[in-house]
Formats: sequence, structure tokens, C-alpha cells
Amino acid sequence: MPRSARSATLRDAVGLGVAVGLYGVAFGAAAAAAGLDTWQALTLSALMFTGASQFALVGVLGAGGGALAAVGSALLLGTRNTVYGVRLAPMLAIRGWPRRAGAAHLVIDETTAMAVAAPDRELGRLAFWVTGVTLYLGWNATTLVGSLSAAALGGTAQAALDSIVPAAFLALLWPRLQRTAREPGVQRRVALAGAVVALALTPVVPAGAQVVLAVVAVALVGRPRPAREGVA
Amino acid sequence: MSGGTLWTVVLVASVGCYLLKLAGLSVPAAWVEQPWVTRVVEFVPAALLAALVAVQAATSGSALVLDGRLVGLAVAALALALRAPFIVVLVLAGAAGALVHVLTG
Repeated sequence: MPRSARSATLRDAVGLGVAVGLYGVAFGAAAAAAGLDTWQALTLSALMFTGASQFALVGVLGAGGGALAAVGSALLLGTRNTVYGVRLAPMLAIRGWPRRAGAAHLVIDETTAMAVAAPDRELGRLAFWVTGVTLYLGWNATTLVGSLSAAALGGTAQAALDSIVPAAFLALLWPRLQRTAREPGVQRRVALAGAVVALALTPVVPAGAQVVLAVVAVALVGRPRPAREGVA
Repeated sequence: MSGGTLWTVVLVASVGCYLLKLAGLSVPAAWVEQPWVTRVVEFVPAALLAALVAVQAATSGSALVLDGRLVGLAVAALALALRAPFIVVLVLAGAAGALVHVLTG
């Protein structure tokens, strides 16, 4: 394999791992705002290690949601990692359960994207492991920073934090709504429906439940069908 | 929510998310690659994230609330449209929310 391709893959993988690792600050802060202590925030980053699910869990708890709604929303977002795993399995060609158990922990948006984008299988494997390990270390370190700094906040800083949490969710959602996303029109309709249903249900269902119910409602009623006639 | 319940939520959700990852690497592809499954998985995040944006920005308990968070969200949307980096987006949103808090007491 050409040396340059290998070093380019390494550079991209480490760069992405470091950049995305910074999101951990926002997660640590959001977890603290939702009432989780530092150990709980760190446990989520170490054991769950799938950003959107972690944000969803603390988001629902922060909205006053119950245990079932919090776990349910994390699992709903976690289902896409299952699909990623199916895509990655042939490329990673993992032999033996210990290695498979370790690889599974690193199956997330970013490692999948990097692995799939690599020019060949060998570089794909390299991208998967390097991105995964870099991101794992960065994510956990910055979660600690975010959680500790958020725990020492006063009133105005709390107001700032309250504004940061929805902004963080918007930043996670944003790429899905852009022209470059797959079927951005459907993504936008689904997002709008999710937001409207959640707000409409807020006064009438237990806090936190509206988030999960909104997703279920959108999935059942507005079940997005494959685009036809090239309208994507 | 008590500390014990919170820990249960943290651990159960973590183990569940891990098993979902492990399942992907372990089950036959045909089980998961049904068109309707991939279809739902493709769009669930948009609905869930948008619902979380709405609830985190505009509700408090079971009430709809308009406060500095919405201003912060608008600032964040503007920053995202201008392709600002993630951290910049968060700092601007936080600053906007804090400013509204200071101005409105």
C-alpha cells in the first residue's frame, strides 16, 4: 500500500477524533445541567460512547423525563449503530469474540463514516480503529472537563448552559437538514414533525415522554417512504 | 429521580446501546437490512433530535416557555448557517442566553 495513502488516513482519523472529541465538553456540561454527577457523566461516555444517545438521555432527564423515556430515547438513537455494524462487519472481518466485543464498542457515526470513506479495506480497518481510539480518549477527557466546569456555575452561567444544550442538539441535527444529506426534503419534514408533535404533547404527557412519543408518532403516521421519480 | 434510579438509567441505557452495536457486528445482515428497518433508522435521528431541540429550548416541565434559550437557539442557527465550528456555535448560543438573563433579570 502506498505510504502516502496510509499517512493521509492516519492524519484524517486522528484529526477527526480530536475535533469531535471536543463535543465531549458540551456533553459533560449538558449532563451536569440535567443533574448527573461527574461519575455518571463519565460512565456514560466510557460505557455508552455514542454521542447522540448520550445527549438524548441527558436531554430527556433535563426536561424532567422519567427513567423509561430517558432509556428509550437513548436506545432509539442507538439503533443506527446496529445498521452501521452490519455495514462494517465484512470490512472489519473480525475473528474471535474478544476482538468483536472491543470493535463493537467503537461502532459509531464517525468511525463508520471514516471506514466507509477509506479507499480500500485495509485502510478502512485502519481508519476505523484509529478514529475510534482517538475519539474515545478525547471524548472521555473532555466529558470530565465539561462536567467539572459546569458543576461550579452561578445563575447567569446556568442560563448560558440552558441555551447551550438545545444549541448542541441543533448542531447535531443540522447536517441532516442540509442539501448534501440523503433526501434532505424528507429529513426536514420529519424534523419539523418531530418538533411540532413534541411541543404539542408537552402540556398533556409526563415530562420527557413527549420526545419518545413524537418519534413514535412520526415513524408510524408519517412513515417516510422511499423517494420516487428522483425527488430526493 | 433518586441517585439509585439515575444510576440504573445510566447503566441500563449504556448496556442496551452496547448490545445494539454488538448485534450489528454479529447478526446476519439480512435480519437488519430490510428496507423498512433501514428506512426508519435513517429518519429516527432527525425526529428525535428536532424533538429534543424543541423541548430543551421552549418548555419547562409541562409548560411552553419563551425565554433566552430561544434567543440562544436563533443565534446558534445563524452561526450554523454561516458554517461556524461546533464550539463557536455553543459559545455564541450560551453568550446570547446569558445576555438575555442579565438584561431581563
